[in-house]
Amino acid sequence: MTKTEFLDELRSRLSGLPQSDLDERLLYFREMIDDRMEDGLTEEEAVSDIGSVDEIVDHIMEETPLSKLVRENAKRTRALKAWEILLLVLGAPLWLSLILAAIAVCLSIYAALWAVVLGLWSAVVGLAAGAVGGLVTAASYVVNREPVNAIFMLGAAILCAGLAILLFFGCVRLTKAVMQVTKKTILGMKALLMRKEN
Amino acid sequence: MDAQLKRGLLDVCVLAAIRNNDSYGYKIIKDMKPYLELSESTLYTILKRLESADMLTVHTVEHEGRLRKYYHINPSGIRRLDEFRDDWDEIMAIYRFITKEDETYDEN
Repeated sequence: MTKTEFLDELRSRLSGLPQSDLDERLLYFREMIDDRMEDGLTEEEAVSDIGSVDEIVDHIMEETPLSKLVRENAKRTRALKAWEILLLVLGAPLWLSLILAAIAVCLSIYAALWAVVLGLWSAVVGLAAGAVGGLVTAASYVVNREPVNAIFMLGAAILCAGLAILLFFGCVRLTKAVMQVTKKTILGMKALLMRKEN
Repeated sequence: MDAQLKRGLLDVCVLAAIRNNDSYGYKIIKDMKPYLELSESTLYTILKRLESADMLTVHTVEHEGRLRKYYHINPSGIRRLDEFRDDWDEIMAIYRFITKEDETYDEN
């Protein structure tokens, strides 16, 4: 890949960034390639030494806050013509409610995910409390010389403890998975905004 | 090396690379290479962070018919390096404590 190809590719992949930010980054990479060539590398070698465009874009995407990309995207919207504004206003009851509904659905799905996680964690706490309670009750039966009840309670306590431990590990994995989904979704939104739609 | 520890060290390393003389991107990477592998993107982020923290200033110099950015360390950057050295004395004391514990375990 030549220097120009590399920089063009980078420019188009990062076109969602604010213009000044983009220009500065491109200047930086151009200088890096030029300095390598001055150091004796061929153009091809200098470009491949910098790393792939994918890696660079991924790195920038991770460190750029989503809010910055959204703001930049909103700023870029061109001025609307009079008839477009009229259409937008007249259509507002339709598109506004549709968009709001779509956002509400997405948010509620996300909230439901966390509700499931929270519910399962409560179950873990409940089972653990059951185990402790069972043990205490079993002890009191022992003191009152009721061996059958004591054994029954002890069994119930052990069952609760076992379930709590099993569910605990399941919950840890599920929580991590939901956090992973959150991270992926945010990265996906950034990827959409990083490249200017034209 | 532990990722968290490495990240903390990177800022200080970049400051050290420009402490005695102003330097430019590629030279900083080359100077650090024997000690820490650093990608272009990572260096960009660090330089930006140090600049907004007022630890360094950037100036552009014409070089062989093109422009090159040089990074100059500020007083607060030098202070950061001094702080690091003070911290390091403490860390070395802790290190000696940790390795001493190791020896006693070996004897048992």
